Amino acid sequence: MPRKLPKKDVVIVGLGWTGSIMANALTDEGLDVIAIERGPWRDAPTEFPPSYSQDELRYRIRHELFLRPEQTTFTFRNKMNQTALPIRDWGSFMPPNGVGGGGVHWNAETFRFLPSDFVVKTHLTERYGASFLPEDMTIQDFGVTYDDLEPHYDAFEYLCGTSGTAGNLRGRIQEGGNPFEGPRSRPYPNPAQKQPFSHTLFAKAARDLGYKPFPQPSGNMSQAYTNPLGVRLGPCTYCGFCEWFGCGNYSKASPQTTILPFLIRKPNFSFRDNSEVLHINVDGSGKHATGVTFVDTGGVEWEQPADLVILSAYTMFNVQLLLHSKIGTPYDPVANTGVVGRNFTHQTISSVNGFFDNKKFNFNPFIASGAIGMCIDEFNGDNFDHGPHGFVGGGYMGQVQTGARPIQTTHVPPGTPTWGAAWKDAVRDNYLSTVTPGTGVHGSFYSYRDVYLDLDPTYRDRFGRPLMRMTIDFHDNEIKQNAFLTDKFAEIIRAMGAHTLDKHYRKGPYDSTDYQTTHLNGGAIMGTDPSTSVLNRYLQSWDVPNLFVTGASAFPQNAGYNPTGTVAALAFWAAAAIRGQYLKNPGPLVHA
Amino acid sequence: MMMQRRDFLAGTAILVLSTMNSRATVISGALPWAPNAGNPPVPVRPGPWHYFTSDEGRAVEALADRIIPPDPQTPGGKDSGCAVFIDRQLAGPYGRSDGHYTQPPFMPGTRQQGAQSANGPAATYREALAALDRYCLSKYQGKRFPDLSDQDKDELLKSLEDEKTKLEGVDGKSFFELVIKDVQEGFFADPLYGGNRDMVAWKMIGYPGARYNYLDWVDRHNERFPLPPVSIIGRADWSPKN
Repeated sequence: MPRKLPKKDVVIVGLGWTGSIMANALTDEGLDVIAIERGPWRDAPTEFPPSYSQDELRYRIRHELFLRPEQTTFTFRNKMNQTALPIRDWGSFMPPNGVGGGGVHWNAETFRFLPSDFVVKTHLTERYGASFLPEDMTIQDFGVTYDDLEPHYDAFEYLCGTSGTAGNLRGRIQEGGNPFEGPRSRPYPNPAQKQPFSHTLFAKAARDLGYKPFPQPSGNMSQAYTNPLGVRLGPCTYCGFCEWFGCGNYSKASPQTTILPFLIRKPNFSFRDNSEVLHINVDGSGKHATGVTFVDTGGVEWEQPADLVILSAYTMFNVQLLLHSKIGTPYDPVANTGVVGRNFTHQTISSVNGFFDNKKFNFNPFIASGAIGMCIDEFNGDNFDHGPHGFVGGGYMGQVQTGARPIQTTHVPPGTPTWGAAWKDAVRDNYLSTVTPGTGVHGSFYSYRDVYLDLDPTYRDRFGRPLMRMTIDFHDNEIKQNAFLTDKFAEIIRAMGAHTLDKHYRKGPYDSTDYQTTHLNGGAIMGTDPSTSVLNRYLQSWDVPNLFVTGASAFPQNAGYNPTGTVAALAFWAAAAIRGQYLKNPGPLVHA
Repeated sequence: MMMQRRDFLAGTAILVLSTMNSRATVISGALPWAPNAGNPPVPVRPGPWHYFTSDEGRAVEALADRIIPPDPQTPGGKDSGCAVFIDRQLAGPYGRSDGHYTQPPFMPGTRQQGAQSANGPAATYREALAALDRYCLSKYQGKRFPDLSDQDKDELLKSLEDEKTKLEGVDGKSFFELVIKDVQEGFFADPLYGGNRDMVAWKMIGYPGARYNYLDWVDRHNERFPLPPVSIIGRADWSPKN
């Protein structure tokens, strides 16, 4: 029997970006809030101080700050007729662990989705007709609009001190920004970061080709910044150790550098670290959550009762906890019934490396920040006519090179041997004069009937619970999208002056060993109809109204951007609904 | 200062849950912080092999020198410490695949499903180096891999790569790919791990190492960064000369 703890008003599962945002908002209402976090407390002085955080082997190659698969992992297969096997070491994505979650080691690329991304089903059907979409594609509208979220995007950007150049200020297009973005109510809180040589060269080549390049919106500080909570960040020093790494310099927006120092001082907030939630508890009716049960590192089980449960874990762990707690109907792709696990997606990433004459070009590629870069948005979302191309979706593309840490960034021209004297010479001759955009083409991943999450029949975690099973593959629509975008991208890298290109198209089958991004989405999606969504438009469970689920698990499909800006805006939006509506009259905020 | 510290302690409530071996804590009032609580890396010390036998160590040095051959400007894999790097890595968590999911059943899968072996890299090296040794002894009249000519070594490695030569009981191609990865990681990792001795790899490519501030350089375009590399454990010329 778990030991029972005193009841709280609110229990939050996971203290990453959305858990921190929720905790701050709900403590402002005077509620007594506790957050429970599986991993340890993390902060720069103890985990990644500037005296030793620039360690590629420890943090990137050996995954120091990430979840360890022995704690829990996923099983994976491409097709429903295959046997899923466990991901024994991380590959195509890297789940976070500990306080701050992915906010500790993200790049801090802080995009907004396009207005049309939120109503993508309606928009594409109106423009191209329903028959233009593949038959098994299951995209749907979010149930919330860009205009609903605009104040909340703004709140997150000002919390973070996002550095960028506005492209659309209250409907007026601004020179130097992204002309395709939705209207923003005010400029970014900080000017864009300075750009290294190759990034400016990309912008010039893109402009010469008729595009409108803009600086990638960045949660790395272009100057010292004090946020609305009074928390201060220092200017980024372009060290080139950002994604995979914690910022030792307090220059990257994270829960640690923007919210937690403020939140922790509130007497009505506390958190437990090193404690893993096993399930959400519901009463006999199945329609009311009574709290959560968690286990600490000593193996002792505890029950934390609460009036309101906020599930703020990483995408797939949100879905897993719903399934383990038997909340909502599990998705069945054969019968096409149920919702939990439905519309699981990732991202469609590719890149093109460009090799330049080393007598004319020296890029000092190690000088960078996590969200540096110059991008174009001409081929994102529905910013271009898809009619002639036979696919939907798109992505931004750019020279977004975030460093040149040498284990992973000693690229050689295609055809070079992988070892020996010729390899060594090529590494020496190309390191300073190669452009390596990393996630240069950042494509959308739309949802399909046979891409989903459920519980694995064979493999279990260390508590004996079934692992989450991923069934995921690329469909023709995404493969076509990627070929088109990668070729457009290659034209720009060529126009920069590269003598040799190395194009890495994204091809099927989906490969669990090949890193793309950690932007996994869906499985507990929001929407307007309980038969096709787990959550209503306020991220409230249709089945259990005192349960809210934050995170990218709510995305019905993934757009061609990094998700964190939208994930955070949705958390602010849900928090506002809880404060403005739910607390006055606890119950369903939408009646189906 | 004392006053601030007392306030800090008074304002921080860290309650350790009441079980003997639980590290789980309840934190409220102030951010958890303690002086000197960091976890700095421990530099590798030179000296005898930690994991390899002397024959295995000699074979890995010979492999490292073919993967990264010495040239007049830059030492090869052996003299830059790549075998020492691999030895220390295999003796530690990497060698045992610590942290990986190791629950059975182990079933063969597709390439996209990733490695499904119960063996960690340490066991793989032991088995594969023994198989390589047996192969060389029988094929090259009693010679071991390090004793072959460079040309013979390269031909053998190419034929492992192309799967024309098979090693007994071992996947020779994937073993050689593992060695390439480990040698190159040792060459480019911080010297504190035993490879990249005197930062030779970083000097070769022009990487300035574990620096933390390029504010003055971010907009100096197409200009070579002038400072020599530095490691997390400093640089030889920073230490007093005896």
